[in-house]
Amino acid sequence: MSSGVRIENISFMGLAKQNMRKLSMFIMLGAITIVFAILTGGVNLTPRNITNIFIQNSYILILAVGMVLVIIIGNIDLSVGSVCAFSGAISAMLYNTGMGVVPTLIISLLVGGVIGMFQGFWVAYMRIPAFIVTLAGMLLFRGLTYIITRVTPIALIDDNFKKIASGSLNIPGFEISGLDGLSVVVALLFIAFLVFSILHQRNRKIRNDFTVLPFGFSIMKIVVLSALIIFVFYKFAAYRGIPTVGFVLFLVAALFVFITNNTVIGRYIYAVGGNSKSAKLSGINSEQVIFITHIIMGVLCGLSGMVFTAYMNSALPQAGNQFEMDAIAACYIGGAASSGGIGTTIGAITGGLVMGVINNGMSLMNIGADWQYVVKASILLLAVFYDIWSRRKSGLG
Amino acid sequence: MNEEYILEVRNVTKEFPGVKALDNVDFKVRKGEIHCLVGENGAGKSTLMGVVSGVQPKGSYEGSVIFRGKETNYKSTRDSERDGLGIIHQELTLSPFLSIYENIFLGHMKTKMGIIDWDTCLRESYPLLKRVGLQEKPETIVSRMSVGKQQLVEIARAISEHAELLIFDEPTSSLNDEESQKLLALIKELKNEGITCIMISHKLQEVLSVADSITVLRDGLSIATYDLHEHAITEHDLIKGMVGRELKNLFPEKDPKIGDVVFEVKNWTLYHPDYHSMKIIDSASFFIRRGEIVSFCGPMGAGRTEMMMSIFGNSYGYGRSGEIYLHGKKVNLETPKRAIFQGVGYVSEDRKNLGLVLIQDVKTNISNSSLPKLSKRGIVDQFLERRKAAQYQEKLNIRTPSLEQMVRNLSGGNQQKVVLSRCMLADPDIFIVDEPTRGIDVGAKFEIYSILNDMVKEGKSVIVVSSELNEAISMSDRIYVMNEGKIKGVLNRGEATQERIMHMALVE
Repeated sequence: MSSGVRIENISFMGLAKQNMRKLSMFIMLGAITIVFAILTGGVNLTPRNITNIFIQNSYILILAVGMVLVIIIGNIDLSVGSVCAFSGAISAMLYNTGMGVVPTLIISLLVGGVIGMFQGFWVAYMRIPAFIVTLAGMLLFRGLTYIITRVTPIALIDDNFKKIASGSLNIPGFEISGLDGLSVVVALLFIAFLVFSILHQRNRKIRNDFTVLPFGFSIMKIVVLSALIIFVFYKFAAYRGIPTVGFVLFLVAALFVFITNNTVIGRYIYAVGGNSKSAKLSGINSEQVIFITHIIMGVLCGLSGMVFTAYMNSALPQAGNQFEMDAIAACYIGGAASSGGIGTTIGAITGGLVMGVINNGMSLMNIGADWQYVVKASILLLAVFYDIWSRRKSGLG
Repeated sequence: MNEEYILEVRNVTKEFPGVKALDNVDFKVRKGEIHCLVGENGAGKSTLMGVVSGVQPKGSYEGSVIFRGKETNYKSTRDSERDGLGIIHQELTLSPFLSIYENIFLGHMKTKMGIIDWDTCLRESYPLLKRVGLQEKPETIVSRMSVGKQQLVEIARAISEHAELLIFDEPTSSLNDEESQKLLALIKELKNEGITCIMISHKLQEVLSVADSITVLRDGLSIATYDLHEHAITEHDLIKGMVGRELKNLFPEKDPKIGDVVFEVKNWTLYHPDYHSMKIIDSASFFIRRGEIVSFCGPMGAGRTEMMMSIFGNSYGYGRSGEIYLHGKKVNLETPKRAIFQGVGYVSEDRKNLGLVLIQDVKTNISNSSLPKLSKRGIVDQFLERRKAAQYQEKLNIRTPSLEQMVRNLSGGNQQKVVLSRCMLADPDIFIVDEPTRGIDVGAKFEIYSILNDMVKEGKSVIVVSSELNEAISMSDRIYVMNEGKIKGVLNRGEATQERIMHMALVE
């Protein structure tokens, strides 16, 4: 252990420049939000609307978290929309037998996992391109959904299921100066945790003799993230409290940020996606890694299908149509590379939110789906163009 | 202008990043002769033919090439083909799922008003097949035929474009004896029909049996051209010309402490991954002792890399058979994962495609083989990981701005050290390194030799696949000589000279 603390000598602009590629999608999300705030006269920033953005996009964001893993590994999954419909229909049927939300949730996730195993088996061990396997899956599970639902919507027997999507977490009567009390408490705890973990990480790095950024940057990071948390939770608190689905999404995101950054399997996914031949010769069981990735995707489809069923308050045979496209677009807007090996969970979620904010803003402006498609297409193309252009410029190929 | 020469290469210099592949080379080929080009791996033979045929486009080299009295200005092989210059590559360039006649006319189909006239193509393919002596229907899909027959299709394709000069790049390297004899007879016949042929070959007997003239290249220089009708030339003369360079002190001192046999391979046989009937390794057996550096030498296509990759976790080829003993116990090493787990490491000759994940940083590349060791309950200890990476950066002197630097931005030598670090961190007892110094500069080479020496000092065993003979001779305690998938012999330290090795591989 050395005596002095090694502090990287870098200016704020220098750091921003270095991380421009990583920051660009956050800047894009911020810019798009501000543009629509101006165009809608601030309607899109109302507490009710912010809550709605999370609820309306939750099932896509959950899928994007899984899809980005599939894309990192160099594959694609076209079946997610159909699998959502299928697991959503199964969850509705199970729930209607009266078994309760938790058993339904567990079985839905299992169904998703088994579907993921099925597709992963063909992709990983039979070496059939994922594009083809999941294209078949897209048709297959749409067909099976039609068969089990007899092409008619399945209504849910009561409203408890619906709460997964549109319910809120709050304690009745607990208010702090007119705001939902639980939201305020959670926000404060969240900020406290953030401050602790950033400082703790920095100290561990110093103890392990790493070069760290100047202390001011840590403070800045805390300030920016805290402001964001206060903004979002204030909006939640002023409406109905923390949306249940927002909490579910947070858990999923936190879990997968951890998996991709800190676990062996996460690191294997990046290695296999970056160069599968080299990964194999490095002693990584590539097939198994691909197989597991597809299982994860399947489980998340199960979750997403259930959330969507709750959101619609019934299981629709045509549910999940084009979800795969939204999830894939979210990943690419969020900086994932189609050649594999590059992408992040946070990026995919940010990309999904970019699309969500655009959809939502344009709907508020009464612009129809026709123009929404055009705008989303342009954003996708421009975002990926910027990504590839900046990567080429920085010699990342 | 001398009418006697169909091809004249004048003062050609060609540089690749860091290497002078051709240095002021002169090379003349008489009309109607068979001219052979010999030299060690990396002497510049293929590069020279690349310059002649437009694989290296005009402008990428200095000097001039004169073909049929005119200075050439080829931008690609399309231009040279149109000019009557055909090249038959070492690796076949046929489209495997098309038929013979489709391949023959690929790129210059007979057309009527822009529409391909397949009937004419088919009709015209019969005499071509007859000329090259291929008894197959033109409709046969080429991937169903042996490599020898596929080569005949390549020749037919070249002839169909009215080639006046044919270049054969090691045409017999993947053929058996009978096929080779047939091919050589065909080349002689083509000569009688007035087609000039240039042949690159490692097989000196073949060279002497067909050549009218022989040019020897060494280290990018043309050493000598012999006219076989004027001088009597022996294999010995050629070998001397090919290897006769002075040895510089490029290697660290070594003081081997050799123990018992730790790794043994018996009767190793392997088939080609695509052509399952083609044997690429034929019951090879070898062993290595503790603290020993053993090299495998032999010409390109001898099967050294293929053998090592198949031993290391069945990573190449089809239908491997034979036995592997590690510390006296029979092991299978059926996947790279198992091989690494059991203490065998492999550093590929192709570090960019098979050794590294180029888009990842130095630290991640170093830890990729050892993540289970660096983690608890599936969670990577990132501090331990970084410490280990830093340790190897220092130990192997990896020059990088930081451990977070992407490896694609590193120089070849430093990339190689990253691959070595990855394998060393996994702590193998048997360390197989394939062309460890390919494409890296002299200083880095010395460092890599020192690393290998340090490993054997620690009681590891190192197997080196090397195409650089003086590297193998200076570094190894023993040298296995391979050619055509067979181990032709073994030489101890002190016995091995470049001439002995070449002789063993090519003649004995």
